[in-house]
Amino acid sequence: MKPLNEMSVSFLSCSSNEAFGRSAVAAFIAQLDPTIDELSDIKTAVSEAVTNCIVHAYRNTIGIVYINCKIYDTGKITIRIQDKGCGIEDIAQAMQPLFTTADDERAGLGFAVMESFMDKLKVTSKPGHGTCVTMHKTIQRRPVTILKGKTAE
Amino acid sequence: MSVRLILKEAEMTAILSGEIDHHSAREIREAIDEAASKVKPKVLTLDFSAVQFMDSSGVGLVMGRCKLMQIWAGRVIIANLPPKIEKIVSLAGLNQLCSIVKEVKDNEAIE
Repeated sequence: MKPLNEMSVSFLSCSSNEAFGRSAVAAFIAQLDPTIDELSDIKTAVSEAVTNCIVHAYRNTIGIVYINCKIYDTGKITIRIQDKGCGIEDIAQAMQPLFTTADDERAGLGFAVMESFMDKLKVTSKPGHGTCVTMHKTIQRRPVTILKGKTAE
Repeated sequence: MSVRLILKEAEMTAILSGEIDHHSAREIREAIDEAASKVKPKVLTLDFSAVQFMDSSGVGLVMGRCKLMQIWAGRVIIANLPPKIEKIVSLAGLNQLCSIVKEVKDNEAIE
């Protein structure tokens, strides 16, 4: 399936960029006319993934966070968030709710939030090379004519 | 993101506003902890009415304040949760850790 539109953005893993990452995705998917709830779910999931890159992948270092986002005319949204950080040894363990390796008051809910706020979540990782999180969500479509700039009667 | 602290007798209210993420949680935590550790209030109310966004860092923030308040047998109340933040709060089960109330604003209570 060919995407309707696609964007990529990369930025340094500074915590001040967490708001930028989720806002960039939100601004891009706005053209699909999501509801406030859908937008809020996606922003939260992106924020969790970006925070993981900053807190875990590039812990005590600064690296680059890569986001790629594709939208389809079916209302499907695919977001890929990638880093070249430390990687995850045991993905199943990392995805357990309440599991965390950070001491900085982390709730250990990052993956649990991504899983429940999005339709589908896939995590691949190679220790020493980095992690890639791919999330999908299909939002309710209003008539496609809106996308083409016409008003729906 | 900002936090405004109000102290009334043995009760402290932290009025949070803006977006709560890993970046902003730190300054909120520092502001609350500095004041609370001095005063040791019986109740710490976290007012979320002006919060626009919150991810699991906000959950960590609430959990951490509950832990702090337990040191002197105080408790935490979550007040005025906007609907879009309710989802993450219930996912995290914060209702088992502190009470969640829909609170009327001070000036409304007088009327």
